[in-house]
Amino acid sequence: MIESNRLTEKQYKDNFSDIHPPFENKTAAQVDANRCLFCFDAPCTKGCPTSIDIPKFIKQIANDDIKGSAHTIFKSNIMGAGCSKVCPVEKLCEGACVYNLLEEKPIPIAKLQRYATEKAMTNQWQFFSRKAAAGKKVAIVGAGPAGLSCAHVLSREGVDVTIFEKEKKGGGLMTYGIAAYKVTPEFCEDEVNYILAIGGIEIKYEQELGKDFTLAYLKKNYDAVYLGMGVGVARQLNIPGEKLEGVVDAIRFIYDLRDKGFPSIPVGDHVAVIGMGMTAIDAATQAKRLGAKKVTMLYRRTQEEMPCTQVELDIAKLDGCEIIWLASPQRVKGSKGKVKQLVCSKMKLGEPDTSGRRSPIDTGETFTLDVDMIIKAAGQVPYEKIVTKYKLDNKYGKITINEQCATNIKGVFAGGDAVNGGKEVVDAVQAGKDGAKAILKFLKIA
Amino acid sequence: MADISSNFLGIKSPNPFWLASAPPTDKKYNVLRAFEAGWGGVVWKTLGSQVKNVSSRYSAVDYHGGRVMGFNNIELISDRPLDINLKEIKECIKLFPDRAMVVSLMADNNRESWHELIKKVEDTGAHGLELNFGCPHGMTERGMGAAVGQDPEIACMVVEWVMEAATIPVITKLTPNVHSVVPTGRSVVKAGTNALSLINTIQSVTGVDLDTLVPNPYVAGKSVFGGYCGPAVKPIALKFLTTIAQDEMTKKVPVSGIGGVSNWKDAVEFMLLGASNVQVCTAAMKYGFRIVEDMCEGLNNWMDEKGFFTLDDFIGKSVDKITHWEDLDINYHHIAKINQDKCIHCGLCYIACEDTSHQSIRIEKGNPYNTYTIIDSACVGCNLCQLVCPVDQCITMEEHRVAPEYVNWIEWQKRGLPLNDH
Repeated sequence: MIESNRLTEKQYKDNFSDIHPPFENKTAAQVDANRCLFCFDAPCTKGCPTSIDIPKFIKQIANDDIKGSAHTIFKSNIMGAGCSKVCPVEKLCEGACVYNLLEEKPIPIAKLQRYATEKAMTNQWQFFSRKAAAGKKVAIVGAGPAGLSCAHVLSREGVDVTIFEKEKKGGGLMTYGIAAYKVTPEFCEDEVNYILAIGGIEIKYEQELGKDFTLAYLKKNYDAVYLGMGVGVARQLNIPGEKLEGVVDAIRFIYDLRDKGFPSIPVGDHVAVIGMGMTAIDAATQAKRLGAKKVTMLYRRTQEEMPCTQVELDIAKLDGCEIIWLASPQRVKGSKGKVKQLVCSKMKLGEPDTSGRRSPIDTGETFTLDVDMIIKAAGQVPYEKIVTKYKLDNKYGKITINEQCATNIKGVFAGGDAVNGGKEVVDAVQAGKDGAKAILKFLKIA
Repeated sequence: MADISSNFLGIKSPNPFWLASAPPTDKKYNVLRAFEAGWGGVVWKTLGSQVKNVSSRYSAVDYHGGRVMGFNNIELISDRPLDINLKEIKECIKLFPDRAMVVSLMADNNRESWHELIKKVEDTGAHGLELNFGCPHGMTERGMGAAVGQDPEIACMVVEWVMEAATIPVITKLTPNVHSVVPTGRSVVKAGTNALSLINTIQSVTGVDLDTLVPNPYVAGKSVFGGYCGPAVKPIALKFLTTIAQDEMTKKVPVSGIGGVSNWKDAVEFMLLGASNVQVCTAAMKYGFRIVEDMCEGLNNWMDEKGFFTLDDFIGKSVDKITHWEDLDINYHHIAKINQDKCIHCGLCYIACEDTSHQSIRIEKGNPYNTYTIIDSACVGCNLCQLVCPVDQCITMEEHRVAPEYVNWIEWQKRGLPLNDH
């Protein structure tokens, strides 16, 4: 049965408390900061898409210069606070830490980054100011990581920025698409406000491209346009029964959870989650933490090919989620319009496909799970309809850009998930920086 | 099992580890705890005219997250009444007759005061006396402590007074607040001291509080120069010790080594450079008396491994290994080698060599790991890369002699051999 309000207030609180608690105090942070070797041409920095000077910010913590440390982080990544909570660091900075080669625990870079950036946000240390007005206006579509990062760089150079955001809040997937035990809605709001504190950035909420305004309008009224609207709805399974009550999108599920509060989110007794990416993990673990009795994750390939990291998989396993590898949903069976069962095909691995991963092949055998809720987390689909309508060059909806972040339409730039189809927050932040740099060049500023 | 018992001028102790004259040895309670823990002996905190201490008294230098790399104090000699000290010393000797009890002294600057003090102390049954010619603060303003040790003539005079009265062994403790400890050392040996001990603390300012701008230790908005000790001073102590161990006159008397001894390895190093035993303070003040267990066991295991049966088998064995620069072999050359199997690609060797040494490390960029190799022809064999490398045995220094024969600098010049051309 799908129902909300399954747990007590305390249970909700415990289940959604911070999964990676911060350092308790300065001494604790400094013990780890002092472990850092201060590598030259550091592998961790190379592992960071925004190239944060990690040895430097850690040394600044060790040397009692938290302000300097936070500045070092924000200089490269204005969402450094959020990234410290949501980055899959095991495959980025911490994965590259040289201590791994000694079979020692890597420096807890994310935790140290959180230590410095949280202090900066709490104390409202502002490190950046706007240069004199450049007399230029730029429109940005999407107030997610790419858009905010782009806006911040532009504002520093004196550009007036207007962001058009379709939701009620800024932050994009940081606010709406990530597990609540990683970042809280309050934190996301604080982070957006911290970024906006520089001034010169206006966000127009509940403004959706193609619905509330057009690309032509932006081109006409602004000196340049940056498209950072990310990707849209969850990929459809295209199987019979997909419309039955109880089949939901992972992104919608997480969105509601972030938007409406835990007790009001309905969850089934037995939930199947389709997919094995980060979003799938976030959906599965949160379904469990909302009180689902059983959660089963299904993936059509094996652990070798899974898109999530081992650390993420371990979170799901520790939460008690069951994993079935080599299983592909075939159809949903229901009664009275509601989900009752999920029939899956058993798969085996064939030859490597274009992604280099071995592609799954149907063995012809099936098995059936008794479930009352199915969460679809097999990736998200770009806004193909809208980009095609505006005659933007694209590949299956992913906007094509050149090395100057420019689309085929003059003065229109793009970046982030809208271009790459969906990567990490930190990749989007870097894309926003790159886009801003290209726009400044286009506008002949700096 | 090796025999680690020590005989210093006839003062016997079950091991060569004594607690130095300092706060840990200023009363019976502490000393009994030390003996129970296993310390071989103590040098009782300096007795003299009664003084008054201030608050605070200590400060320290931390390094890279570690506490008390160096330790500083502005405490004076014992501030307890003399008769209580004497009574307690007697009781300690009675309770632990197998341990060494040496008493540190700093009498007022006249013959009678010294004679009187020595008499009283000898009456306790103490095994030896240590003359405090080293305390660098507080007492110097009164013409005592380092003020005596810094002037060979005054030191000589005081030791002569002492030797007139003393019937038990006398150890003279030297101050390092001089450019060389040898002149005072010679002078007190000439005056008849039975042994030397060194070093006392080094004058210092450990730091300044960046909020209040007052240096530490803090005493009502002010501070004074203090005496520095602990691990940070060990290299300085070893150098002074070596000069005493090499001097023709001072090497005739045994030396008790002091200065940052924190574990058995430090102790062995002091003994290899000529100390017959060692005195410890800072390490005990940081961790308590229990550290002596590890010191005894470590020393014993090392001696077994090296085949030494008694302390005398290795005391002084490294003294002649320290020579004059002019005697070093110029044909000796070694080159760093980076063991690629052990390298963790931190780049510390590279940046140290590139920025501050001889640009002898090649960098091959990689993502995320660069590869670092030595440019043999450019390496001068300075050791810097090996010293900064965080991985044990990753960088080794491989011998590549320039020529087989020994040639020193004097000979090199005589033969007109080539100098560097870069």
